[in-house]
Amino acid sequence: MKEQTTRAMWWRSPSFILDNRQQQQPYDTARGDALSIPLSSPLPPSTTMADPNPNPNPNPLTDKISAYYQTRAAHHGVVSSDWLAQAQAAVGHLPEGDDDANTTDQGASSGKPFSVIDEFNNWRKQPDLAEAVAAIRALAAVIRNSQATTMMELEIELKKASDSLKSWDTTSISLTAGCDLFMRYVTRTSALEYEDFNSAKTRLIERAEKFGEISYKARKIIAMLSQDFIFDGCTILVHGFSRVVLEVLKTAAQSKKLFRVFCTEGRPDRTGLRLSNELAKLDVPVKLLIDSAVAYSMDEVDMVFVGADGVVESGGIINMMGTYQIALVAHSMNKPVYVAAESYKFARLYPLDQKDMGPALRPIEFGVPIPSKVEVETSARDYTPPQYLTLLFTDLGVLTPSVVSDELIQLYL
Amino acid sequence: MDARRGSLPVPRVRQVGFFTPNAPPAPTRSQSGPPNSSSPPLPESPASNSLSPVMIPPPRHHSDNLAAAPRPTSPLPVPEPSPFRRRGAHAGADNNAPLVGSYNPTETLLAMSPPATRSPSDSHAGDGESEVAMSGGWFRRSNSAKLASSLPSGTFDFSSVQSTAEALKPTKVQNRVGVSEASGRPAPKEQQPEAPSSSKQPKPKLTKAERRALQESQRAAKAATKASGGGKSVAASEEVTTVKSVKQHQTQKKDAPHVAVSVAASERKGGDKSQEKERRKDAPAPRMQFDDKSRVDKAKRRSVVDQTEARNRVELFRHLPQYEHGTQLADLESKFLQLDPMHPAIYKVGLQYLAGDISGGNARCIAMLQAFQQVIQDYSTPPEKTLQRDLTAKISSYVSFFTQCRPLSMSMGNAIRFLKNRIAKLPLSLSESESKSSICSDIDRFINEKIVLADRVIVQHASSKVKDGDVLLVYGSSCVVEMILLHSHELGKQFRVIVVDSRPKLEGKALLRRLVVKGVHCTYTHINAVSYVMHEVTKVFLGASSVLSNGTVYSRVGTACVAMVAHAFRVPVIICCEAYKFHERVQLDSICSNELGDPDAIGKVPGRMDVNYLDDVSNSVNLQLLNLMYDATPADYVSMIVTDYGMIPPTSVPVIVREYRRDHLLI
Repeated sequence: MKEQTTRAMWWRSPSFILDNRQQQQPYDTARGDALSIPLSSPLPPSTTMADPNPNPNPNPLTDKISAYYQTRAAHHGVVSSDWLAQAQAAVGHLPEGDDDANTTDQGASSGKPFSVIDEFNNWRKQPDLAEAVAAIRALAAVIRNSQATTMMELEIELKKASDSLKSWDTTSISLTAGCDLFMRYVTRTSALEYEDFNSAKTRLIERAEKFGEISYKARKIIAMLSQDFIFDGCTILVHGFSRVVLEVLKTAAQSKKLFRVFCTEGRPDRTGLRLSNELAKLDVPVKLLIDSAVAYSMDEVDMVFVGADGVVESGGIINMMGTYQIALVAHSMNKPVYVAAESYKFARLYPLDQKDMGPALRPIEFGVPIPSKVEVETSARDYTPPQYLTLLFTDLGVLTPSVVSDELIQLYL
Repeated sequence: MDARRGSLPVPRVRQVGFFTPNAPPAPTRSQSGPPNSSSPPLPESPASNSLSPVMIPPPRHHSDNLAAAPRPTSPLPVPEPSPFRRRGAHAGADNNAPLVGSYNPTETLLAMSPPATRSPSDSHAGDGESEVAMSGGWFRRSNSAKLASSLPSGTFDFSSVQSTAEALKPTKVQNRVGVSEASGRPAPKEQQPEAPSSSKQPKPKLTKAERRALQESQRAAKAATKASGGGKSVAASEEVTTVKSVKQHQTQKKDAPHVAVSVAASERKGGDKSQEKERRKDAPAPRMQFDDKSRVDKAKRRSVVDQTEARNRVELFRHLPQYEHGTQLADLESKFLQLDPMHPAIYKVGLQYLAGDISGGNARCIAMLQAFQQVIQDYSTPPEKTLQRDLTAKISSYVSFFTQCRPLSMSMGNAIRFLKNRIAKLPLSLSESESKSSICSDIDRFINEKIVLADRVIVQHASSKVKDGDVLLVYGSSCVVEMILLHSHELGKQFRVIVVDSRPKLEGKALLRRLVVKGVHCTYTHINAVSYVMHEVTKVFLGASSVLSNGTVYSRVGTACVAMVAHAFRVPVIICCEAYKFHERVQLDSICSNELGDPDAIGKVPGRMDVNYLDDVSNSVNLQLLNLMYDATPADYVSMIVTDYGMIPPTSVPVIVREYRRDHLLI
């Protein structure tokens, strides 16, 4: 008990933050070349390891395309006419999926050395598995495959793995946040003070799997929670393609609720079109709007539903470009704006304004050649401040924006 | 009792806004007219004669105490600046004594000393608990008066002990009686106590005086128990209790059965009482209201620093203390030798507060803590006392000295609370030198972790928000904001600073100088122009004296104005504040709790004879000068609070307060 209290104190004292910062310095400097170094096995040289891991986007800024949106595009490309069936199958065969993972893990560890990026990419192949959940699963596999013999070694290994995952795509907020939260959740346990290393490790694996499970189920929980807010005869405006929002609408449709959906087009990657396809399959009446028709049709709308790339500490959200202006219009017409976001998207960021975050760029097709003198705004996302949001549906419950920060403080302090 | 209440200055209708102070009959302590006709003006009045010794506020100092404390009819010890005020003091104090006695206004900034002792909870089980509380409450005075406070009977009622002691001959009690005998007023004839009735009787509603008497009697009972040893202790104490209580009530009201009953009751439930006490100790104590004449007079009588008040005061802010500046320094210096219990380090820091040599929340807090450190190093526990209690009492008296020099800031209140907590939680097994060094290292840790390191973390966080090409607006002079600017400049960020300043302190100039010397591009302007410069500003950095749990930022006056203008221009407002300055209070305006500065400072411009138009009219009754020191910025205008726990929205302050509370108990 004593140890625990002192430990808790230690975590809370600002000196800890400083120490942590200083410790991170060497990592940060070393990270540049360690970008694609797979971890957990010190034996093989890193170059041979990097080869089987073709990093899809080692340096997103030079490519002018955010890796996050690339992966999203790839993912959504997978969403075909039988997307739902696939997803359903994936849900139904979850235990098998786990088994597969285990076998691949073992294969990896026996055949070639284990790599967290490989593992991550394996998991990412599941179409409805969010990137962060894939990362969480991959990190859990790191613990399982670790050959570390002390707790400290294991922690360092885990830290390196999560760092390499984070640097794999620096523009993805949920990936970073998911890794951070995993580290906090898994390593913040009294298990680290056990005498026996093996029991401590089992405990860590347990926690890691529990966290993966929670994250995996998050979408279902959110769908359940949000049902109370969708009433018969309502009109819902959605923006972009969010798998959580789709899950929410799907659950509502399955429970025989009568509602109508307005989909924005979602330029430039037309995610709204995709969502309207999905909804049409569910026999939900859908109307497609161009992005600039939001204000025009807002008076018919009863509520706005959006997903989020990341939820920041102020309680605001970072989401696909256009969310902010929709929230502004909705706010000025007194319509509620609901955000559906899993808790692993809670990030320790605090943007003060739109430009105060790392850029995520995305090319825009205009169909006609653009003169070279004309500059194009290619930012892919914007920040919606908390005062324009009504409620956040998360797997922690239905929260007001200000609670996000409370949850984050309790997680991180 | 009721008659006394009736003679209160009844109609307390407060006029809102500015008006001439001598118009209404409302209680203004600066008034020189006859205070209240129903109360006799002279010290040797029948009213003060009839006052029970219980009601006498035990004075602070040793010498004072021996000379005057137990003799209510004698003139009060503290020198009086003006006979008029004195007269008012007597009238008010005598009339209100029962009310006032239950609570010690000068201490109330500190949550360690709420009027918790009112509850009759001195069961033997809760001994330690109650002693701590006692030393924080209104009994501390007599404790510090060296009347053997380590014994539970330290707060004995002198007059009544006399006869009791003679009757019972308990050895220890007698000692103390010896001390108080000379000054004790003649004890009234003993009255036969009624038998303690059954404890089932519902507890009657007691007035404060009765409750107080009750408590005295319990304490006496405990002392007697201790004195007479194991054998007949219970019976004896029971007897003493009833005898004493009756005696006390003779002077007020005969109420023996009630007292006996509740003594029994309190003895029954010692456990939950101590819990309740713990809870009450956590509750923030009420502040001194300076428009409450009687309390003010009471406090003044005890005070060391003679603060003379300004004449014309603005009605809305009458509850705040306003003093004429510049007169007290010499006064205090001359009194140095009389104040022997005051440690020179404390004295020095107090004078520095008074003279304004130390200002700024962190500087004041650190100076205070370091002075306490010296005190603790030089401290040796007096015989028959325990370090925990005596030291807490001492520190409380020092704190009240500081309060008289300048009202404490909330951050200082938090630091004092931390210190007292540490002292109270010291294990009894430690030797004196170990305890002292443990407390000193705790203080060092507090300064280091909560202030120095916290500042460094804040600088790290906040300078991550400074981007190239930014125009930063700062107001006044906050040391952490200055550190942020300098750090960002050292990082090579290209930014410009607009320093906004205001009369009369012009603190921004010093900051401006330090920034310019370091090569930061600066613009200097006064707050009058803030709306003009705001359009080019990209971020506003502000310091804070305190952040309250509804997100309200309590800071140098003018901050709210700057924040409001920034909000109107959609410029993000960033508040930089260490977490030890967070306070669980909620405040909606800057009226109810504030500090008044020297009114002359706004009336005069030094060195400018041509604009000092107010020189000859500054004593006019039509003129009221208001020099507020702080204001409250609503949370709506604050975009972000940077603290040592990271960057948080103002809505998350309560979370930090909660966490911080827990951990400064742990530290």
